[in-house]
Amino acid sequence: MKVLVAVKRVVDYNVKIRVKADGTGVDTGNVKFTMNPFDETAVEEAVRLKEAGKATEIVVVSMGPQQAQDTIRTALAMGADRGILVGSDTELQPLAVAKLLKAIVAKEQPALIIVGKQAIDDDSNQTGQMLAALLGWPQGTFASKLAIDGERAEVTREIDGGLETIALALPAVVTVDLRLNEPRYASLPNIMKAKKKPIDALTPSDLGVDVTPRLITLKVEEPSRRKAGVKVANVAELVSKLKNEAKVI
Amino acid sequence: MPSYQAPLRDMRFVLYELHQGAGLSALPGLEDFTPDIIDPVLDEAAKVCEEVLAPLNRTGDEEGCHLENGVVRTPSGFKQAYDLFRDGGWTGLASDPAYGGQGLPKSVNALVEEMICASNLSFGMYPGLSHGAYLALHAHGSDELRDRFLPKIVDGTWAGTMCLTEPHCGTDLGLCRTRAVPQGDGSYRITGTKIFISAGDHDLTENIIHLVLARLPDAPKGIKGISLFVVPKIAVRDDGSLGDPNGVTCGSIEHKMGIKGSATCVLNFDDAVGWLVGEAHKGMRAMFTMMNTERLAVGIQGLGLAEASYQGAVAYARERLQGRSLSGVKHPDKSADPIIVHPDIRRMLLTMRATTEGCRALGGWVARSLDIQHHGEDEAARQEAEDLVVLLTPVVKALFTDLGFEAANLGMQVYGGHGYIRENGMEQYVRDARIAQIYEGTNGIQALDLIGRKLPAHAGRYLRRFFHPVADLIAAKVEDEQLGAFVQPLAKAFVRLQQATGQIARVGLSKPEEAAAAAADYLRLLGLVAVGYMWVRMVEVALPKVGTDADSDGFYRAKLGTARFYMERVLPQSGALFSAIMAGGASMMDFEEAAF
Repeated sequence: MKVLVAVKRVVDYNVKIRVKADGTGVDTGNVKFTMNPFDETAVEEAVRLKEAGKATEIVVVSMGPQQAQDTIRTALAMGADRGILVGSDTELQPLAVAKLLKAIVAKEQPALIIVGKQAIDDDSNQTGQMLAALLGWPQGTFASKLAIDGERAEVTREIDGGLETIALALPAVVTVDLRLNEPRYASLPNIMKAKKKPIDALTPSDLGVDVTPRLITLKVEEPSRRKAGVKVANVAELVSKLKNEAKVI
Repeated sequence: MPSYQAPLRDMRFVLYELHQGAGLSALPGLEDFTPDIIDPVLDEAAKVCEEVLAPLNRTGDEEGCHLENGVVRTPSGFKQAYDLFRDGGWTGLASDPAYGGQGLPKSVNALVEEMICASNLSFGMYPGLSHGAYLALHAHGSDELRDRFLPKIVDGTWAGTMCLTEPHCGTDLGLCRTRAVPQGDGSYRITGTKIFISAGDHDLTENIIHLVLARLPDAPKGIKGISLFVVPKIAVRDDGSLGDPNGVTCGSIEHKMGIKGSATCVLNFDDAVGWLVGEAHKGMRAMFTMMNTERLAVGIQGLGLAEASYQGAVAYARERLQGRSLSGVKHPDKSADPIIVHPDIRRMLLTMRATTEGCRALGGWVARSLDIQHHGEDEAARQEAEDLVVLLTPVVKALFTDLGFEAANLGMQVYGGHGYIRENGMEQYVRDARIAQIYEGTNGIQALDLIGRKLPAHAGRYLRRFFHPVADLIAAKVEDEQLGAFVQPLAKAFVRLQQATGQIARVGLSKPEEAAAAAADYLRLLGLVAVGYMWVRMVEVALPKVGTDADSDGFYRAKLGTARFYMERVLPQSGALFSAIMAGGASMMDFEEAAF
């Protein structure tokens, strides 16, 4: 079984995000980038499937600027077999990414696609679902457990108020939650070996996909600062404020 | 407690921008080590250090090591962390690929070592000592011994130690009494007691390979009668499997000021079976090849702890609200200003930062020279690199550990009473840093090594390898419009260093005691000038970047600011050191002994 994993290069979760002065976006100059943590979980799951003898090959795809190659290398160091980089300097929105992935799926014919449920930069939470719809494949989203049994995948998903377990016929798309596993530290020998693993370079036009953004960002701004609170004299005043001012009870 | 973040930005600056030269990967044998390999290695090392080793630092200090029924138990979590560290291949980072190592350049290894020391020095002692044993065995062991022991030391299945010190001999190893008796089959029986053995016994690995200094029956007296032996804790059969315990037992573990997670053992060798490493009676020479590398590593321990303490101090200085700025309230919305507004806090923070970044740059220069020494194609360049390493080894060891301790102490001071109590972790850095000034040759011994062995050797050739680039830089840039302001203070300190060197060379021949009296001050003077030279070179790299897009995070601007502080507030120490050196040693040696 071939597994395809999509990984995104994002601003590292430790970085304190700065908004550009002109409000057009986030300042990414001299900022540390790493793999989206949800995608790291996706790669880890694929590697575990391979170690368990369920997966035969893991192909990692990333899209974006040339530096996204580093993100692919990280996945290769964790245990993926080869990479595909779709180079693009235009902003790639979820629909474009889903279409590009669909085109890659047509070439690669994987039986399972694992992606993070969302990326920590835009928090869209759309790509996996769009991809499943475009392919007409079943989808298991927000997976906190994944079991492969022959032609079926059993996905435990986190839903409001509990866990839901569904069975999908392969091929299928699975989007993963952080609870699924704890990604490994790449070993030093594997980091060294990752450099020798192949990465194919493609462009959106190679894949025949129009990636023109469909959404326009009007403005990016920092959340408004929290205002100072007030001290209440007693419980009665608190209740009254919650009722009449905050209108929450 | 402070959360450590590996200073990767500054490390990359040192590695790629400051000591760029022709690039590491241009050296034969290091072709693979391009940034696309080095960067992920540094990133992953940082992750392991920050997420696995650092959280065990304070708990390891509180719990310490315990000797129970003859077995040494390391602090909780050390074994799991070691397994992860070993499985990640980090024990073989800098080792020979022929024995399963990854063969990373010293330039990279030194940075990873710094991260390990900064996050958990006690933990770092175990793989650190193993690497020391690896080096000695690799350089001097027979093929048979290397094949038998090295692969499992490299992959971390076994650990290693260096057993030198005995109860009555530390600095003067010629007094060593441990005996080795030949058995006629090529093996020896080793008997004696060794003390202060770092990582001497523990529960991290199934076997420990000790390298032991001992005396053969026909040995000449003193230092020329010492031989080096390899002695496993558990016998190793010919097929590599483990046999019976080999007569090496841990008698007790020391109760120390710091590095409490590192087991410092008294080891008793009782007819333990061992093999000779290198030639008979040439043990000290074999030991010294390893000791030079270890001395650099110990210097880096001081640097790592200084960095960790600096990070903790900065975080606290930003959040601790106390008093108001003397130039007017800075944060009217808060009950008080953060203490980072105060000049004295800034003095401490910048002293820490200027020495830390300066030492990282100087350590990077020595590491790069080691890579050239081992991999360079040009014979002359290799020799030059080696000369510089030889000269600067005692300087790195003593200067980095002195400055590291001073920095850790300042970091604690920034916290006030909250630094003195244990729970904030700042006093631990002070205690942990203290040993680095003592072991692997006290800093006093390093200073004697510098003036007694390194300065006079080959008519001052080692020193010229350092003086020439400094003099060239000063001559070329002292009039420079922008750089000149940084070069002039360096030039002033350099003149003092040259005069002090002349003084020591003059008196050293006729009155060695006079030279020895100046040794410690001289080492620090030379070290401060070397760090000052690094700062000018850093400014040279940073200047063109300031104000450009490359400096959107202010990294290069801060480099200039820190350089200015070093030149104006740290390097002037050279004046006081110069005066002390020129005053001579009579005030000490004329003092009546009975009056002490």
